[in-house]
Amino acid sequence: MSAPRPSGLVITASPHVRSQDSTPVIMWNVVGTLVPVIAAAAWFFGISALLVIGSAAIGALITERVFGRGDSLADGSAVITGLLLGLTLPAGMPLWMAALGGAFGIGFGKIVWGGLGQNVFNPALVGRAFLQAAFPVAITTWPTGGGSFWTLRGDLFALPFMHPVTDAITAATPLGLLKFEGQGTDLTRLVIGNTGGSLGETAAVIILACGAYLAFRGYLNWRIPISIFLTVAALSTVIHLVDAQRPDALFMLFSGGLMLGAVYMATDMVTSPVTNRGRWVFGAGVGVLVVVIRLWGGLPEGVMYAILFMNALVPFINRATQPRVFGSARKGAA
Amino acid sequence: MRSPGFRHGVHPPEAKELTHRLPIRRMPYPDEIVLPLRQHAGKPATLCVKVGDHVERGDPVGLADGWVSVPIHSSAAGVVTDIGMWPHPDGSMATAVRIAVDRYAAQVPRPRMVPHWEGLSTEEVVRAVQEAGVVGLGGAAFPTHVKLAPPAEFPVHTLIINGAECEPYLTSDHRTMAEYPARVMFGIRVMMHTMQVTRCVVGVERNKPDAIEALRGALPTDLDITILPLTVKYPQGAEKMLIQAVTGVEVPSGKLPVTVGVVVQNVGSVAAIAEVFETGLPLIERIVTVSGHGLLKPANLIVPVGTKLKDLLAYCGGLTPEAAEVIIGGPMMGQAQANLEAPVLKGTTGVVVLQRNDTRLEKVYPCIHCGRCLDACPVFLNPSLLGDLARVNRYDDMTDAHLSDCMLCGSCSYVCPSNIPLSQLFQASKVALRRAAAGAA
Ligand code: SF4
Ligand code: SF4
Repeated sequence: MSAPRPSGLVITASPHVRSQDSTPVIMWNVVGTLVPVIAAAAWFFGISALLVIGSAAIGALITERVFGRGDSLADGSAVITGLLLGLTLPAGMPLWMAALGGAFGIGFGKIVWGGLGQNVFNPALVGRAFLQAAFPVAITTWPTGGGSFWTLRGDLFALPFMHPVTDAITAATPLGLLKFEGQGTDLTRLVIGNTGGSLGETAAVIILACGAYLAFRGYLNWRIPISIFLTVAALSTVIHLVDAQRPDALFMLFSGGLMLGAVYMATDMVTSPVTNRGRWVFGAGVGVLVVVIRLWGGLPEGVMYAILFMNALVPFINRATQPRVFGSARKGAA
Repeated sequence: MRSPGFRHGVHPPEAKELTHRLPIRRMPYPDEIVLPLRQHAGKPATLCVKVGDHVERGDPVGLADGWVSVPIHSSAAGVVTDIGMWPHPDGSMATAVRIAVDRYAAQVPRPRMVPHWEGLSTEEVVRAVQEAGVVGLGGAAFPTHVKLAPPAEFPVHTLIINGAECEPYLTSDHRTMAEYPARVMFGIRVMMHTMQVTRCVVGVERNKPDAIEALRGALPTDLDITILPLTVKYPQGAEKMLIQAVTGVEVPSGKLPVTVGVVVQNVGSVAAIAEVFETGLPLIERIVTVSGHGLLKPANLIVPVGTKLKDLLAYCGGLTPEAAEVIIGGPMMGQAQANLEAPVLKGTTGVVVLQRNDTRLEKVYPCIHCGRCLDACPVFLNPSLLGDLARVNRYDDMTDAHLSDCMLCGSCSYVCPSNIPLSQLFQASKVALRRAAAGAA
């Protein structure tokens, strides 16, 4: 029989209990759902996919370890950044570039802002934007899928500042085909992901399934991707009706990085709004920008810039969509 | 059908199964009781005994100091051994009367007249309730008689009895309703008569079907009393949430419930009012849930006010080796105790002993802006923003972000995956603001 032992008691502030989900649990769950997406990339692009994604992740992790606070690696967020960045890259990307992108994304996309939770822009997309600006050719050289698992694509092992050593066999992406050659791509191939493109552009179904799981567990806010999908679908349907040359809604939804961007990047909690109404607005903004950039911009793909642009607006969206405080007058009624 | 409730809120594990079927038992008298003079909201009682005095059970040791104050009575017969500073459950030291309980006393109170409530005027009922030292037994310990006499400019149309008991672990109100429904009804009758209110609604969370049934079985035919089952959600028992669930009306920000014509009274306090007019005894004991996985024998007990925590816990079999934290009140809003010499007060709803892995001694991460706290806050604040402001001491910006509407319910901290002590930050900020205001005045 133990007598009360005041010495052994802990004193914490209320509430003394908490829900089970913690930030690392959320982050590592996201990492877990990226595994099937990466597996799909490996299925289509073989070992090259794993090498590129791995390099991006290593670049991100080393940077986090060296410049991050204490044991910030353990929270899992740097892993997410590295893997997501890798998934936006082509399979033949020289590995040193992928690693540099990961390092840049963490360094300038996150650490300089003050680390986890403080950054305004999605770090993976910051890394990707950097690579796009620095290596515009390498990042738009899309090797084809197929071949054996062990086929090395593109200039994986190119060293910095060297000219490409091999002539890669390249394939155009569906969006590029459409934009620059006016050529469509079969929808089933898009949905399954058997097309040219960056690593994570190719597994729409798997990404959707993983997103649904995350949303179900409450690790991802479903309002953002749904809002993006609805906006893109509605807008492109209207445009398609006006001008049948323009792609229809399904093509828009399943091509390019839209799935990956909508499910994994636009939903990054740190860089998206905290209010539910704000999330609808944010998603709608991304959706509109994606359609506008894809159809009228100079680039075939616009998901990255759409999300980065909306990231910048998040503080304003948050402020404008604060919920009405309990017991205060309804807007317009007062 | 959806039962009435409010939006947002959280669902912590209820953990009520530890005690919700255990009948209320009476705890034996401890060897010593300690009665702090500050046990209620408002002014502390003024001392009216001296060291060496003999007191009978029910004799006052402190008298009401003004209108928003109540007397304190001895819960046992004995001798005053000391008057001085003693650990208070709020963490401070406070003036308290120590009484060595007379082991052989029959604990029979002095003969007294039981006031016959029907013949009394409103003022006389109010005075009787004040003299009996009745306070809100739901935790806040606001003097009950003040609520019986609301300001004349606000007519009260509905009396709401709070039987929600939404804090995890606690079952004292549940057992009161299930075992003493007639007493609850009698208390309601006295209140309705005194306040001239014609309608009464008792809100009970749906997870207490036996209490709902017992109350329904005891309903008098001549009074308009409704038993309303409520959604099981924390903080259903918060005054504003309960009023919204019952009436559909939001109490305006910064206003008292009486401005929308309702008065809310905790079910335990109603039973205490009934006792005053049943036995003439003041409030000297209360029903306390002693529970938690860190305790060997959880129970619902009638405990003499002033019983020290260590005696109470020892009576409940003592702590398990895994016990880590002792809390007065429930785990959402209760207060962790550093010193088990602190006594049970009138407002002590329960004593909960948590195990190490129930507590939240974990690493704090930065806010990841997940928005969960916004979805949890029952008054629709942005705790994420308030937390950011609190950390840099921007109290004025916090006021603009409606800090004053925060009721410190802890829902935001409960859901925060980064384990940020949000409500603790808000409490500290409120204190800082109050200090600044006092300094400026
Ligand atoms: S403690 Fe305050 S801010 Fe947090 S949920 Fe409760 S009322 Fe909202
Ligand atoms: S729940 Fe915690 S981490 Fe999430 S937004 Fe609120 S304060 Fe930030």
